[in-house]
Amino acid sequence: MNFDLTEEQQMLSDSLRRFVTNEYSFEKRGEIIQSGHGTDPATWSALAEMGLLGFTFPEDYDGLGGNAIDTLVVMENLGRGLVVEPYLATVVLAGGLIRDAGSEAQKADILPGIASGERLLALAHSEPGARYNLSHVQTTARKDGDQFLISGQKTAVLHGSQASQLIVSARTRGNVNEESGLSLFLVDRHANGVTVDDFATHDGHRTAEISFSKVAVSADNLIGTLDNAFPIIEKTVDLGIAALCAEAVGAMEAMNAATLEYIKTRKQFGVPIGKFQALQHRMADMFIHTEQARTMAILAASEADSDDRARRREAISMAKTLVGQAARYVGQEGVQLHGGMGVTDEMFAAHLFKRLTLINLLFGDADHHLAQVSDGLLAKTA
Amino acid sequence: MDLNYTPEQEAFRAEVRQFLDDNLPDDIRERVQKRLRPDKAMTERWQKILFDQGWGASTWPKEFGGTGWDPIQQIIFEEECALAGAPRQLDFGLRMVAPVIMTFGNDAQKQRFLPGILSGEDWWCQGYSEPGAGSDLASLRTSAKLEGDHYVVNGQKTWTTLGQHADWIFCLVRTSTEGKPQQGISFLLIDMNTPGIEVRPIIMLDGEHEINEVYFDNVKVPAENLIGEENQGWTYAKFLLGHERTGLANVGQWKALMKRLKAVAREEQDGQRPLIENTRFRDRLAQLDMELRALELTVLRVLTDKRGPGPQASILKIRGTEIGQQLFEMLMEATGQDAIAHIPDALELDYNGPRSGSIDATPAAGDYFNMRKLSIFGGSNEIQRNIIAQLVLGL
Repeated sequence: MNFDLTEEQQMLSDSLRRFVTNEYSFEKRGEIIQSGHGTDPATWSALAEMGLLGFTFPEDYDGLGGNAIDTLVVMENLGRGLVVEPYLATVVLAGGLIRDAGSEAQKADILPGIASGERLLALAHSEPGARYNLSHVQTTARKDGDQFLISGQKTAVLHGSQASQLIVSARTRGNVNEESGLSLFLVDRHANGVTVDDFATHDGHRTAEISFSKVAVSADNLIGTLDNAFPIIEKTVDLGIAALCAEAVGAMEAMNAATLEYIKTRKQFGVPIGKFQALQHRMADMFIHTEQARTMAILAASEADSDDRARRREAISMAKTLVGQAARYVGQEGVQLHGGMGVTDEMFAAHLFKRLTLINLLFGDADHHLAQVSDGLLAKTA
Repeated sequence: MDLNYTPEQEAFRAEVRQFLDDNLPDDIRERVQKRLRPDKAMTERWQKILFDQGWGASTWPKEFGGTGWDPIQQIIFEEECALAGAPRQLDFGLRMVAPVIMTFGNDAQKQRFLPGILSGEDWWCQGYSEPGAGSDLASLRTSAKLEGDHYVVNGQKTWTTLGQHADWIFCLVRTSTEGKPQQGISFLLIDMNTPGIEVRPIIMLDGEHEINEVYFDNVKVPAENLIGEENQGWTYAKFLLGHERTGLANVGQWKALMKRLKAVAREEQDGQRPLIENTRFRDRLAQLDMELRALELTVLRVLTDKRGPGPQASILKIRGTEIGQQLFEMLMEATGQDAIAHIPDALELDYNGPRSGSIDATPAAGDYFNMRKLSIFGGSNEIQRNIIAQLVLGL
């Protein structure tokens, strides 16, 4: 039992923190978001040079053989600076999925490209009406000779338009909401029949609504085995949730630092407002929530790579619940303590609040994951 | 980073569990698990059993007769004890005054006082709060005047937990009115059998006698019972409170109660179904379960931090007491209207009379009322937030 980072992890954390502080200013971030691309090639290359884009890939595929704890370290620092690059979409989700379920050929083809920063991928899984249910897939992939024809609608595809390839979940058998009968396919984002609507998100990231109309993919673009994709989808989402928990902790720390700075300097009634006990206690509660969230992000990262499904899922849902609740508390209070400035676009706190809010909504909000844990209690006692 | 216990730690856990299986008397286990009235003799018996095993003080270094266990071992020990139904050891001696004596006392004091604490022969209580000095502890007025080779103590202490059983009390007393209030306070050990001491019970809202007022009327205390230097008592008191707060997280006991609460939720009926199938109740149970897991891991994180606990221990006091209070509240709510009956006799082991509802209903509301103390004592949770704001956040 120990909570210490390794020397390498600590060094990595320090250098990424320096990079985010020095090279990724609030102003620069604003320009990147306004650019229309929504991503910044220079930042992405810098992350690639630090080895972060292939961090959790095996060394045979130009990676560093890292694990979810390494992702925790990266995401916390990206969260602290509100970096809007597609690290979650491309490295954690798509990269993690190919690493865990891809064939040798697929891994050799894709992972080095992600690691070098040359290739962006996205995971197209969520569908209208699914809310947070991972088996709610209506998109179909129909066998047609030696290829598949994919038809359906995907929503909330993070960085879908920026990616050159999409990993698409589709039903090859069974009915909507069945866990069996799902398969995963690698689809070219510009293939015939793929229509992409690209949107900015409130927090400066990008999302896409993507429709597939009889999109033809060859059988060697199948990832993993036919009809059995659900476990890998679930595990990939769990990796994503663990990463989001870490990102949220970084953003909460940044919110606390910004708020603390503000209430120490803003004067009313002749004194810094941080002298008022009403504000001090709320700041103390923000700190408590953040520390508790940090503990749970560590728990999530520790279990995210595990193949013990029940244990992993419980840890992930516990973490996402408490981190989601903390993100809401710290976000709202951070804005409140900034007073009128907190609701202006010029304040970093406002942007932290937006990211924290959206993190709660991604891959299951606090209510959803509370229900998972709650139903787990029922199952355990049955 | 690795959140799993090592094989050595798991082996240690097995050893503790085996010891508890073999040595925890059934009547004590029953009394604790049924949440019956605590009993002095029971606490003393259990301390003696641990002492004979060499486990009398899980948090002490070996040189004073402690186990020399590391923080993880201490946590494992506490957790296994709580899960087995062992009574809580008395904190006032073992975790509060003993570290002060070890750190600031002289050799004669260590030799005189530590063995009695370890064996459980001496029962200690705490003399901090006064009627006019609660959260503002430094305003305390109980005075100690040096006259020749002894101090003469006059004043009143209050909220003295289990003082009715005590052989000794460690007191903060005023030895000077010069300078800031904190500067004139000394740390004095007083024999409760000294003439001039009177203990009066304060009955708590659950009808139980747990706390007391202690009056000092020209009480003569040998000067050799002063810990450290005169007027430096505030420093020692702050040191002690840091120790107390870490213990107040109380994770082991809360885990045992959570286990019981889950069982009660299965046993209690909600119409035609077990209570656990009531989604509204179960969601709150799940929320609390998660918060307890977060507390457990946060305690481990703080205690294994090489920089030491420091003011962050205030987090543990706040969260530990909030979670504890919610546990007792849910235990009460789980038993529903069966909890309304107040049957003081039923809190004894030999009770065979009628009761309302299940055995879990008997102590439920009384415990809930009693446990409101958790967020008030040991530095109220508002004081803890002040500490975080001032010492951690620099406000």
